[in-house]
Amino acid sequence: MTLDSVTRAQETPDERQPYVELGMKDDEYQRVRDILGRRPTSSELAIYSVMWSEHCSYKSSKVHLRQFGTKAPESEALLVGMGENAGVVDIGDGWAATFKIESHNHPSYVEPHQGAATGVGGIVRDIMSMGARPVAVMDALRFGGADQPDTRRVLPGVVEGISHYGNCLGLPNIGGEVVFDPCYIGNPLVNALCVGLLRKDQIKLATAPGPGNKVVLFGARTGADGIGGASVLASATFEDESQAKRPAVQVGDPFMEKLLIECCLELYQADVVVGIQDLGAAGVSCATTELAAKGTGGMEVNLNLVPLRDPTLRPEEILMSESQERMMAVVTPDDIPAFMAICDKWDVPATVIGEVTDTGRLVMTWDGEVIVDIPPGTAADEGPVYERPFHEPAGQAALNADGPERLPRPEDLRETLLTLLGSPNVGSKEWVTSQYDRYVRGNTVLAQPADAGMLRISEVMPGAQETTRGIALATDGNGRYAKLDPYTGAQLALAEAYRNVAVTGAKPLAVTNCLNFGSPEDPEVMWQFSEAVRGLADACRTLGVPVTGGNVSFYNQTGSTAINPTPVVGVLGVIDDVAQRVRSGFTAPGLRVLLLGETREEFGGSEWAHVVHGHLGGLPPQADLEAERGLAAVLTEAAARGLLEGSHDLSDGGLAVALAESCLAQGVGCTVTLPGEDAFAELFSESAARALVCVRPEAFDAFADLCARHEVPCSGLGLTGGSALTVEGVLDVPVEELREVHTSALPRVFG
Amino acid sequence: MSAARVGVVTFPGTLDDQDAARAVRLAGAEAVPLWHADHDLKGVDAVFLPGGFSYGDYLRCGAISRFSPLMTELIPAAQAGLPVLGTCNGFQILCEAHLLPGALTRNEGLHYICRDQRIRVESTRTAWTADFADGQEIVLPIKHGEGRYVADAATLAALEGEGRVVFRYAGGNPNGSLNDIAGITNEAGNIVGLMPHPEHAVEDLTGAPSVDGRHFFTSILKRLVNA
Repeated sequence: MTLDSVTRAQETPDERQPYVELGMKDDEYQRVRDILGRRPTSSELAIYSVMWSEHCSYKSSKVHLRQFGTKAPESEALLVGMGENAGVVDIGDGWAATFKIESHNHPSYVEPHQGAATGVGGIVRDIMSMGARPVAVMDALRFGGADQPDTRRVLPGVVEGISHYGNCLGLPNIGGEVVFDPCYIGNPLVNALCVGLLRKDQIKLATAPGPGNKVVLFGARTGADGIGGASVLASATFEDESQAKRPAVQVGDPFMEKLLIECCLELYQADVVVGIQDLGAAGVSCATTELAAKGTGGMEVNLNLVPLRDPTLRPEEILMSESQERMMAVVTPDDIPAFMAICDKWDVPATVIGEVTDTGRLVMTWDGEVIVDIPPGTAADEGPVYERPFHEPAGQAALNADGPERLPRPEDLRETLLTLLGSPNVGSKEWVTSQYDRYVRGNTVLAQPADAGMLRISEVMPGAQETTRGIALATDGNGRYAKLDPYTGAQLALAEAYRNVAVTGAKPLAVTNCLNFGSPEDPEVMWQFSEAVRGLADACRTLGVPVTGGNVSFYNQTGSTAINPTPVVGVLGVIDDVAQRVRSGFTAPGLRVLLLGETREEFGGSEWAHVVHGHLGGLPPQADLEAERGLAAVLTEAAARGLLEGSHDLSDGGLAVALAESCLAQGVGCTVTLPGEDAFAELFSESAARALVCVRPEAFDAFADLCARHEVPCSGLGLTGGSALTVEGVLDVPVEELREVHTSALPRVFG
Repeated sequence: MSAARVGVVTFPGTLDDQDAARAVRLAGAEAVPLWHADHDLKGVDAVFLPGGFSYGDYLRCGAISRFSPLMTELIPAAQAGLPVLGTCNGFQILCEAHLLPGALTRNEGLHYICRDQRIRVESTRTAWTADFADGQEIVLPIKHGEGRYVADAATLAALEGEGRVVFRYAGGNPNGSLNDIAGITNEAGNIVGLMPHPEHAVEDLTGAPSVDGRHFFTSILKRLVNA
């Protein structure tokens, strides 16, 4: 086989190169030639093609995502913002939290188990690379209709993949979402979130400063995972031999990842790491170009030194391989022995493959010949940026005009409640979550089905300050709302996650997001995207919570049919004293049940319209962000003052479902009276900015004063107690019947 | 008098070691980290083999750990009477090491399962269960994919006949274990293995909605003080 060296590239300027097959446009390829002043070698082409891909360069989304920066609210909490592996937030007492959500949608459709498993693995390494100990994961999942045959292939595989990988890693899974909708049948969404903790003064960054410092590749050996693209390149450049064997989906080894976590933490503890980067999409290409671009500017790498699982790999394939469980560190020569000793202790293979230079060039050799010689920033940071055209979808006005007002209202509200409660979206997710370890590490204060997951901060890192603090996390996103109005839909996703954090007593601090959309080349999809980003950025400003990072997933569509636009928003909050956390639902009999917030008749995109009528039309509920802010202020202050015995957010299925879930939480019933005349709207409307709480009767006055001070409407509904959910004059259901209907929703479908 | 010293073993892939050490400390003992690659029990008074996926559960759960340097020290010490508690993967290792009879196989439902499980205490005549009452029902978390206890008929008969079934699942068998067995002990009663996790049930704020796990540690501490 001919090695395509820089010398050869200079000698054969007109050789045809397979850039189209690698997904590059004519002008992008020409730009590479202009940058280099010659044609790229096949290895350089491999680097540019992956680094300038939509996935790595955000070329279609960048111009919109800038709003997260330009509209960002003032925040003293933000330590590291967008652009690093993950954002870092100051949570007090010398502690910081880092968190991020990322998609692994397409691989999870192709091979659900490994696709989902490596999604978890990838996001965990992002968190590790910030210098943190990963402390929990959660997943936002979307599947096709529960009754569609392919869902029975995809869902069990995805759940098993998350379960296997996350459980083996020893990270508690503390929450997330499972939502079914036929729009996801060919495009399931697997959005994995990880949160980590670190000392504020020990943040690590992806940077390679200091000429002479060593570049160490450590973790798993490199194999042929995920290099479908590179084989195209190889087959066109070299002889056509056995290129079809390449697996496209990466395969994960959680045991190696667990060793990597402990190994990295010990490396950080020993202070022998100058810069660090995980290897995810685009593998060695991404890690070397990004480290070099953010450091002194140059790096030399001998690709022959990369330890291989498959010795037949060519340099182009090594550069593009997405083998899992690998990290790259920059280490001073003096620290190399200590670094290697720690890796050895944890049985983690580690190899020096290169050195930092001050040449401003990333130079790679293979068999002694130079095969890559590029300015690293041109691949890492200066990719193409597109202003893609967008316009409102042709049917949008008609969709918005087809409101739920025309739908016949139910006669029997008891039956409506049970129908919703037993539907796949509202029903218990225990079938899924019982496959996840929520206890490991012993710091889980709240986990599913609580509104938000919560962890106490203790014993996480040696030398750190004792603290009573805890962190809370929630993810939310409603594709139906976003389809009806992407601007409002994105705001409602943020509002719900923000509210879910607040109902546990934590103060929302910062945001991560995973934006799942169809093809950016479709102007109608691009409109949904631009509206969603605009809505989210505006809402973040109003709520005072900055976006710290996230991920965009485009091309979630089959043929010309895109998924419902699905912005998934994760919110991180902090609670000063974790012992003051508020548990979900009704925690004891004899408590007063209060409804906070204002109920309007809002059924557009509602669970009722979806489940009972299969209808999607009209407008989503209003996003009243000032009201959300007031509600959160009440909830966090009430928790800190010990006024709340239990709480629950109102969302899908409205007050009726919230009451039922509150009864199910501890098996405590309630008797309530609806304040208004329209029982159906009061029970099933999905107005935002509402929560259900229970307080001791003697705490009621203080709590009501607090609500008044924040202008949050507070209606007394009744009392907890008994063994039934009773809405006077409307419905009466034994808690055991609620439980039977609720818990059987998923087992009925998935066994 | 100095505090009792309980060793907590870490293999590559051990996950619940932090929890185990915390549970030991909360009971008032000193938790001594023991490393799989050392031929050194550091003179501890008892050993806790925590859960996890040691060596990635490759080959068979516990099959590789059983040959580690630390286990070559622990096996004779346990046979000589050193109190040893193995939970989950620790139980699997004890079976692989033949310190306890039988084996743990794939759950009947084939799924990993994490839930708060009712358990009946069947024997208080072990080093780790004296503080319970015979027949007491407790709640501990289970979280495993391979927790189905199996053994041949003669072994089962011996375990039952000699009162060596220490814990049985109550309110539904989660994994298909024979005779609903959740935990067993050796003839001498110093070695106990169980699938449930007492270390996740020692605090009000975190873990399972019970603190029933505390009795394991108060039991062993009393025993060590009286020894």
